[in-house]
Amino acid sequence: MSLSDLMMVLPIAFTLVWALVLLLIDLWLPRERQGILALLTALGLAVALGLDLAQSGRSGSAFRDMVVLDNFAVFLNALYLISGLIALALGYDYLKRMEMERGEFYALLLFSIAGMMLLTQANHLILVFLALEFLSIPLYVLAGFARPRLESEEAALKYFLLGAFSSAFVLYGIALVFGATANASLTGVIEAVRSGSAEVGFLTAGAVMLLVGFGFKVAAVPFHEWAPDVYQGSPTPVTGFMAVATKAAGFAVLMRIFLNLFPGLATSLTPIFWGIAALTMIVGNLLALAQSNIKRLLAYSSIANAGYLLMAFVPYGNAQVAGQAISSMLFYLLAYGLTTFGAWAVVVALEQAEGRGLTLEDYAGLGPKYPWLGVTMLIFMLSLTGVPLTLGFWGKFFLFRTAVAAGYVDLAIIGLLTSVISAYYYLRIVVIMYMRAGEPRVRRDGWLNLVAIGTAAAVVLLSVVPVQMLELTARAVLHLP
Amino acid sequence: MHMEVMSVTEPLFRLAPGVVFLPVAGILLNLLLGERWSEKVVGWIASLATVGAFGVAVALAVGLSRHPEGAVVPLLTWIHIGDFRVDWAFRVDTLSVVMMLVVAGVGALIHIYSIGYMHEDVRHNGDPRRFRRFFVFLNLFIAAMMILVSANNFLMLFVGWEGVGLCSYLLIGFWFEKGAGGIGNALAAKKAFVVNRIGDFGLLIALFLIFVNFGSLDFDAVFGQASHLAQVAPGVLTAITLFMLLGVTGKSAQIPLYVWLPDAMAGPTPVSALIHAATMVTAGVYLVARSQALYLEVPLAQSTVTWVGGLTALLAATIALGQYDIKRVLAYSTISQLGFMVAAVGMGAAVAGMFHLVTHAFFKALLFLSAGSVILGMERGHEAGHHHQVELDPQDMRYMGGLRQRMPLTFWVYLIGALALAGVAPLAGFFSKDEILAAANLKFPAVFGILLFSALLTALYMGRQLALVFFGSPRSEAAEKATESAPIVTAPLVVLAGLSVVGGLINAPGIYALEHWLEHTLHTVEAIPFQWTIAASSLAVALIGLGLAWWLYGQRPLPSPRETDPLARLLDGVYHALERKWWVDEIYHALFVRPYQVLAQGLAQAVDLGVIDGIVNGVGQLARQIALWWRKWQNGYVRSYALTFVVGVVLIVAYLLLR
Repeated sequence: MSLSDLMMVLPIAFTLVWALVLLLIDLWLPRERQGILALLTALGLAVALGLDLAQSGRSGSAFRDMVVLDNFAVFLNALYLISGLIALALGYDYLKRMEMERGEFYALLLFSIAGMMLLTQANHLILVFLALEFLSIPLYVLAGFARPRLESEEAALKYFLLGAFSSAFVLYGIALVFGATANASLTGVIEAVRSGSAEVGFLTAGAVMLLVGFGFKVAAVPFHEWAPDVYQGSPTPVTGFMAVATKAAGFAVLMRIFLNLFPGLATSLTPIFWGIAALTMIVGNLLALAQSNIKRLLAYSSIANAGYLLMAFVPYGNAQVAGQAISSMLFYLLAYGLTTFGAWAVVVALEQAEGRGLTLEDYAGLGPKYPWLGVTMLIFMLSLTGVPLTLGFWGKFFLFRTAVAAGYVDLAIIGLLTSVISAYYYLRIVVIMYMRAGEPRVRRDGWLNLVAIGTAAAVVLLSVVPVQMLELTARAVLHLP
Repeated sequence: MHMEVMSVTEPLFRLAPGVVFLPVAGILLNLLLGERWSEKVVGWIASLATVGAFGVAVALAVGLSRHPEGAVVPLLTWIHIGDFRVDWAFRVDTLSVVMMLVVAGVGALIHIYSIGYMHEDVRHNGDPRRFRRFFVFLNLFIAAMMILVSANNFLMLFVGWEGVGLCSYLLIGFWFEKGAGGIGNALAAKKAFVVNRIGDFGLLIALFLIFVNFGSLDFDAVFGQASHLAQVAPGVLTAITLFMLLGVTGKSAQIPLYVWLPDAMAGPTPVSALIHAATMVTAGVYLVARSQALYLEVPLAQSTVTWVGGLTALLAATIALGQYDIKRVLAYSTISQLGFMVAAVGMGAAVAGMFHLVTHAFFKALLFLSAGSVILGMERGHEAGHHHQVELDPQDMRYMGGLRQRMPLTFWVYLIGALALAGVAPLAGFFSKDEILAAANLKFPAVFGILLFSALLTALYMGRQLALVFFGSPRSEAAEKATESAPIVTAPLVVLAGLSVVGGLINAPGIYALEHWLEHTLHTVEAIPFQWTIAASSLAVALIGLGLAWWLYGQRPLPSPRETDPLARLLDGVYHALERKWWVDEIYHALFVRPYQVLAQGLAQAVDLGVIDGIVNGVGQLARQIALWWRKWQNGYVRSYALTFVVGVVLIVAYLLLR
């Protein structure tokens, strides 16, 4: 291990060390002073973000080719770190008033983020598996953080059981790929595939198993059923973090592995991706129609959004559109992340103890009574629907454009039609907010307001410069050895 | 000849945009700052804006006297797509400047008159704050009308055409909450709007055809290619001219679309004078005159236009006989006189048509404004009387009578206007009408007969009106106590009366100033020789008509409002038909309005609510049902989730194996 090796993973290393330091500090802090930990965590995330952004433009590999660094990783690492910051802001007041402010929350959050970053930079299948567990296990704990609330414990257990189940598929997939190529390093597998020494049948089977495992992480149908239960049971800031960061990490590893290892298998895999994308869009949006709990509704919305993202991933083997697919997916992740976090911020503001304040009816009268919160929620719902003048519109536009450019007009049409369906449940919230009389109870908290208004402003303002944003994501190219 | 090649030779021509921008300046001043100004200031700003436009028009006329070929004054490029280009450019030629002079000249007088008239009208109707709105609308009308007449292409003309239509709608409905049942005026405005839409639809089709077939909307480009198109595709040119005629029948109130104009009298009287007598309704005449190059190529269109005009002249003149509302008589008279003009431009006698347009603007504006003065006098008399709580229609001639003594000045100017309209020599109407008759005699003898008979009826209904309003003894307390109007109202009347007397000189036999003036623009002008026989018969029918009126109404004046009209005793059932306007409104209602409403109702109820909403709601319900059914799979058991998971994997593997 040399210093230059360490430089390649500096944000990860820093985050890990910082998490350990926080655990130590926690031992000396009295219970009522836990707020300091949140601020220290934020500080650590900010420093890590700075370190990460400082790496932009650099690329290379380290630790004997175990990890790589490229702009793709820099972009996504930044996304995870910002997600962590926003989750902290959402949780600052929430943890206190829900009486679950315990120091390990912050360390767990940092561990999970470190795992995500490692997953994104991993260049070896064993490391991929380790990183996957590394990001997942803290999340299982975080999902159950609201103990002794039954729902939260249930969420943690379900997430853990099914997570373990899916990890098995990932592991099996890795084994199959290793069997097919006698190699677990991405570089090595690529070499083997290129030289023609890979056993195609095993390789395909391995790819499918990996797809299943990662499909679980991004909540793609039919591996999605955990999501509504877990999203509903977890503490809301954790849910927001899962909905954005975990999903992004899942897509990140999906992109890196499939674009690197399996472009040759595209002819067999693309129909599978097609089916999963279509199913995910349809099921996610249809089931969201029937929800009356806002957290479950947003859970199905996040499933549906995974479907849209997968749509751009379907032509991953087509070299002409692969670049466009990556940039439009990253753009969509950004748009989706900002919008979703904003929506979760509003959910946090309305949530009361014991899981009250979470039905759609609790939003009646929100618009007139709390104009700022109402308008921001309106913006998020419009953005999720994909109405122009929001980032969500451009996100969908670029995704659909990619699908059409790759010749998948049918997918784009499914995407459009399911977007129409989604308008019903997103706008239903708006209708309830503005056209039903009610006395919503809202927790007013500066950090929450900052997140809601900040993300709403970003969603609207960034939509004015969509092309520049797309160019930004287009620079986040994947390092292809 | 494209406008870039043409340089503006005459410096005075550069003033041309002023005819539009001065009224616009008036609008802006009154709209932005007029809130705090007094009625006088508001009224005079609007009037001065119009006077200024008149000044510009005079300057342009002076320029034209030096450079009669005129010019196109460019302002800006409006549309430029590929080869197609439409400019915002003002056309200064002898034809457009005649229109500008009439619009701004008569318009200015009516603006000044309105200061006095609207002062009383807004109070009588109980909302003085609408004074400013009226003058803003009036200036807007002048601006739009100027755009219409100064346009150098059909598209700009269409902007003005629609603009004056909008102003007409706004001003007919100026007291939109008044009228029969509190909605009568609004209905009248709506009727005018809808009927004009039908006409405008025709005009639009004509414009589209022009665009497609000529590739340009510029007057010069279109007219220059007219004879070529007439050889290549005569059917297209026929279609263009006939669709354009539909537009003309809407705007200039000809058969079959004239029905809106009588109802338009719901607007304040200055509006009736300016828009619905002197200027806007002549836009159709102007359009046909401007498009002579097209019409001359299509004999069928020419004869159609002529017959439409002739029949309108006759029909409206008969209806005018049966009306009791002082303004409605004048409205039908306007339709009838527009029929004369349309017939004239239709048969190619564009100069005669334009001549009659100008003189008619003088005496019909005079008649309307004098009628307004009469109405004001009646209202004053009504309020001064003992029974002013009782509703009285101040426009019903049956309640008038004997106003000659009460309102002497109004009487004299009214008399001049009526005689000019009847065509008594040497007043203005005599010369212009005579020229139309002479042209018709040469080209369309049958139409000549119709027009001559219409002229007889014209004299008859005007004589009837004079007798009912001014002679005999007052038939109501209001008429008894009526008083003369203020000088600001009567002064414009005197000016217009003067013009009605001498206006005929501009193209009287031997002078032919208008003809020489217009021949620079209307290159196909053929001089119509003056014929003593025609002139004599025209004068004769006028005198016969007046004499007949005197015999019926003057000798033994109507004793009371409830007495039967003497003409009704003479004509019996036919008179009832005249009173009921030949039931044209009722026929239109049964033939077009009702079926349309039934169709719309059917589409709205059965098709929209039933089929369309049914499909939309059905799809929504279906999606919901699927969602509710599917939801059962999400049962909360981890084992079931894992099963789904495995089923997914099995399906994928099965696909790969069976592929």
